[in-house]
Amino acid sequence: MSYIKASMAGNVWKVVVSVGDQVEQGQEVAILESMKMEIPIESEVAGTVKAILKPEGEFVNEGDYLIELD
Amino acid sequence: MIQSILIANRGEIASRIIRTCKKMNIRTVAIYSEADRDAEHTVLADEAYLVGESSVKESYLNQDRILLIAREANVDAIHPGYGLLSEQAIFAEKCRADGFCFIGPDASVISLMGDKLQARKTMMEAGVPVIPGTDAVETIEDTLFEANHIGYPVMLKAASGGGGIGITICRSDDDCQKAFEKNKKQAALFFGDGALYIEKYVENPRHIELQVLADGKGHTLVFGERECSVQRRHQKIIEEAPSPFLTDERRQEMINMALKAAQAIQYQNAGTIECLVDEDGMFYFLEMNTRLQVEHPVTEEIYKLDLVEWQIRIASGDTLPWKQHELRTTGHAIEARIYAEDPVRFFPSPGTVKEIELPEAPHIRHECPIKAGSVISHFYDPMIAKLIVHGKDRNDAIAKLENALNDYKVIGIKTNIPAIKAIVDHPIFKQGGATTAFMDTYKDELTRRIQEVNQ
Repeated sequence: MSYIKASMAGNVWKVVVSVGDQVEQGQEVAILESMKMEIPIESEVAGTVKAILKPEGEFVNEGDYLIELD
Repeated sequence: MIQSILIANRGEIASRIIRTCKKMNIRTVAIYSEADRDAEHTVLADEAYLVGESSVKESYLNQDRILLIAREANVDAIHPGYGLLSEQAIFAEKCRADGFCFIGPDASVISLMGDKLQARKTMMEAGVPVIPGTDAVETIEDTLFEANHIGYPVMLKAASGGGGIGITICRSDDDCQKAFEKNKKQAALFFGDGALYIEKYVENPRHIELQVLADGKGHTLVFGERECSVQRRHQKIIEEAPSPFLTDERRQEMINMALKAAQAIQYQNAGTIECLVDEDGMFYFLEMNTRLQVEHPVTEEIYKLDLVEWQIRIASGDTLPWKQHELRTTGHAIEARIYAEDPVRFFPSPGTVKEIELPEAPHIRHECPIKAGSVISHFYDPMIAKLIVHGKDRNDAIAKLENALNDYKVIGIKTNIPAIKAIVDHPIFKQGGATTAFMDTYKDELTRRIQEVNQ
């Protein structure tokens, strides 16, 4: 089990993977929006998406878990 | 003359406009969101009205609510500043329909220049050089044909894209083949539209723009250029005037081009023609911003004029009193944008400013609405202030900027001041050699320097 974390505080603008998707290392999985900037979030590891922990529109702090991978 | 203005904006630009209005004895009406109850522009204006919740969508972008406040406050005119509603043709139209003077160009011109493909077409018809490119390309065969026709390197771009997403630089058919399906998929995922188009990729370009003022009575003037090549993530960090790259001859060619472009669309009020300039000095129209620019102070400093004042005068029906050949500049000006962000990673850093100390000297100008206790909200743009210096020449301006940065203190949030120091101290910047590729080309070296400065 591993997690993809938020690299900064902001709103989850877009999640571009779904539960069950295969994710590769370095793949863009979501975009955070903070202070009018869009920051792509990449997965540091390969795996299968088990859960989307923060849905689009939700505010997250730096380090919060966004996506759970198997 | 306009007697009262509602400023449909926030932050430094709202304060900037209010200050000029005060100088002109114009009554000012501010709007503020919940997060901006104690902001400088809220306090500085003669009157201030709560416009909505903290998010821009529910406040500064709420057109109907803003117009309601304008009616309630009984203003003559609305100044949109930059960003937010400044290039929303529909807002300009609504203002005029409601009987308010919109301080900017006509809605039809905003609309025309806001459509990338139409703007390109209009400029090409006017004889203005634009970057070679295509309409949407549907198939890989079309893509390869067009890419070869334009000549590598090219950029394969998402037609509905932005923020650098869905853009790939292709230097060969092989690159195009690899990028085509990937970009199409990414464009569809992120923008709901998989359409792609091709544009010639200009290697190591300069971003140079020209300031236009036109009074709608046949007088169109170009107040020289600003060079804005130092950028990160397509956002400008440092701007200067004049450009260290242009020769007098090329400068005059670009001024002539900007005059032609503005006259072709019968432009009125202040606007900016943005260009890419390649290593050989060839320039291409990129887009026109039909509003005031963030970096307008560097032009003001070397031409010794107030662009906001002239925006208001033109909207009031005044005529520009100069002729193009009469415009003169003095010295060199540089603007540094102070962002609330981690200086190394360039990630946003909202929070509360505990202490702030600004350097003071006759050659230093601040556009800084924050003070100790100001809350920098994640809802808004990361730019919290602008530092502008004027020197007798470029070297003098750089030295003054370095001194000012050393005395600039912000405690409580992270800022990009260490990054600006590292950039300004870099030999390539000092030589005037920075292109838009500067930050990427020297990424490792700059990161090391930023970390050293940050310690």
